Amino acid sequence: MRSVHAYLLLLPAFVLLVAFTHYPAVATLIDSFHSTPKGARPAVWVGLENYQVMAGDPVFWKAATNNLWFALATIPASIGLALVMALWVNERITGRSFLRMAYFTPTVLPMIAVANIWLFFYTPSYGLLEQITGAFGLPSHNWLGDQRTALGAVTLVAIWKEAGFFMIFYLAALQSLNPSLREAAAIEGASRWYYFRRVQWPLLMPTTLFVMVNAVINAVRMVDHIIVLTRGGPDNASTLLLYHLYEVGFRFWDTAHAAAITVVLLAVLATVAFFQFFLLDRKVHYK
Amino acid sequence: MDRKRFNRLIAATALAAAGLPFGAAAQAQTEISFFYPVAVGGAITATIDGLAADFSKENPSIKVTPIYAGSYQDTIVKALTAHKAGSPPVTSVLLSTDMFTLIDEDAIVPFDNFAKSADDKTWMGSFYKAFMLNSQTGGKTWGIPFQRSTIVLYYNKDLFKAAGLDPNKPPTTWAEMADYAKKLTVKDGSGKVTQYGVQIPSSGFPYWLFQALAIQNDVAMANEAGNAVKFDDPKVIEALQYWVDLAKSGVHPNGIVEWGTTPKDFFEKKVAMMWTTTGNLTNVRNNAKFDFGVAMLPAGKRKGSPTGGGNFYIFKKSTQAQQEAAFKFVKWITHPERAARWSMETGYVATSEAAYLTDTLRKYGRDFPPAVVARDQLPFALSEFSTHDNQRVTKALNDGLQAALTGTKSPALAMQDAQREADRLLRGFK
Repeated sequence: MRSVHAYLLLLPAFVLLVAFTHYPAVATLIDSFHSTPKGARPAVWVGLENYQVMAGDPVFWKAATNNLWFALATIPASIGLALVMALWVNERITGRSFLRMAYFTPTVLPMIAVANIWLFFYTPSYGLLEQITGAFGLPSHNWLGDQRTALGAVTLVAIWKEAGFFMIFYLAALQSLNPSLREAAAIEGASRWYYFRRVQWPLLMPTTLFVMVNAVINAVRMVDHIIVLTRGGPDNASTLLLYHLYEVGFRFWDTAHAAAITVVLLAVLATVAFFQFFLLDRKVHYK
Repeated sequence: MDRKRFNRLIAATALAAAGLPFGAAAQAQTEISFFYPVAVGGAITATIDGLAADFSKENPSIKVTPIYAGSYQDTIVKALTAHKAGSPPVTSVLLSTDMFTLIDEDAIVPFDNFAKSADDKTWMGSFYKAFMLNSQTGGKTWGIPFQRSTIVLYYNKDLFKAAGLDPNKPPTTWAEMADYAKKLTVKDGSGKVTQYGVQIPSSGFPYWLFQALAIQNDVAMANEAGNAVKFDDPKVIEALQYWVDLAKSGVHPNGIVEWGTTPKDFFEKKVAMMWTTTGNLTNVRNNAKFDFGVAMLPAGKRKGSPTGGGNFYIFKKSTQAQQEAAFKFVKWITHPERAARWSMETGYVATSEAAYLTDTLRKYGRDFPPAVVARDQLPFALSEFSTHDNQRVTKALNDGLQAALTGTKSPALAMQDAQREADRLLRGFK
């Protein structure tokens, strides 16, 4: 009777979860083995054809490599920056709350809005970036319009956007550390770096793991700024997997092919999550 | 809120809900939902709301409900998703180039089904031919032109004077444009360009602007059936070479030129001539702090520009009565008087000759001559590039263009690659 009661209480959340998470995931898997229904032609079983088409599509591989670089750059950079900022605003300095607010602002602003601002930062000739480089006499550069710099430019926006969010978690964790640890370290004559390396960093590990999981998810989830800044261009130089997925699904209307990409994306994310939770988790020291 | 008031509220809501269909049935009103692509509220939604209300006043048996659905892309996503779920809007304004996509999805019905009287048929023949090219295929009319545009050349008259050029003589040929652009390019002491001669945007949908160059070089990139393209035609490659050479010679910015910031570049005097849509006319008029001119695009082998913009479509999965009501609405809203008003308020090209003959537009054209440049260019205009599986074929072209403009591929190689991809995509539609 108790368990019936418990399940009844779980039911609302369970229904929502099945309807909006589990059922769509299973349906996507099934769709990925069928053709795209068009007009009068219903979907038919095609086996692995969608996956073969995907594997033979150079844009998919371009998006995958781009996404890998994007992840490799945004994850460590935004976490590192978040940690530095958190340590900095955790000190007793004047204007502390103003600084905290300033660092957190990018997180509060909607991505589409900030991407439009960044569009003008990157504008050749009179954009903010150009005015700064121009003041040093450097030549003008079309940051978003060059295949070599487009991906770097959108990556930078992502790091700027994310670091403030992660900083909040680090700041909360830093403030929950026992102040007597710092006093003990001071009495022992430990340097600031030694104190950070041997005391703060290990104690922050649970937060780091949590932040890292989020950073990995965001690395494949952030796509809004691509739509505003480059639309994946020039010639797919800044296309990320999710943007490619959107194009295939909602511009080309090839929903079956899009389902195949979704399944691959899910599989990759699941693998990474498994690795983080079951392997990395063991190395984390919890209080 | 106490329990009593809460109960009263519930009861009132239930009554209101029950009363709604009853009220509608009593008046025997046909309601038609109308998806309209606009991202934010403001002047344009007020105009559309006003038009819908005026129509209902004249036709009390029909109620038009405009639904603002975001950008063109958002709107087609919503309309097609709703179609697949079985409840599409009755009518919608969508890109004229989405015609083949909508036909392939079996989502729309041709307007010919409803044009019964002679008056209806005259009306369908009253639009500019250039706009109908994107609205007809296989002998049927699938879309009715509503908010249409073309590409024109905007130029800064002050900078023309400064460069010793006649501000009333914009370039009329490719050679002239390249020559003027050279004279209009200004460099500072260190050799850095501070003002470019000309820019043609190439972000997002470079194919549209490139199509103008292709038409001017006397080649149509797609056939009328929408199942074959000519990207690797020598004339197409030559047109792309002209664009690439403009950038190489330093009179046009290098790499990809952002569509969104191009008008701003023009206002900031970073560029003396720009190619962009007539839809920017009101924007330029309000923001340019200098004397500007609007001209037809220069001619290569011939003059030309593609058309662009949105058409009305009627969706298949709605009742006969709704479709007929939608037909009536479309006919009403494209009436010359209303087309004239719409053109004046938005900057779009009016869709029929008759609209330009109304007093409203005649007067507007006299007071503000740039407004009629787009109309004068229409006889030279061709339909916007559109094929089956349109977005994908277009992407192949866009990728090729961007590769050539950023210098990673030669124009010939880029177009050959695009052709191969397009052939593969279109083989199922022959």
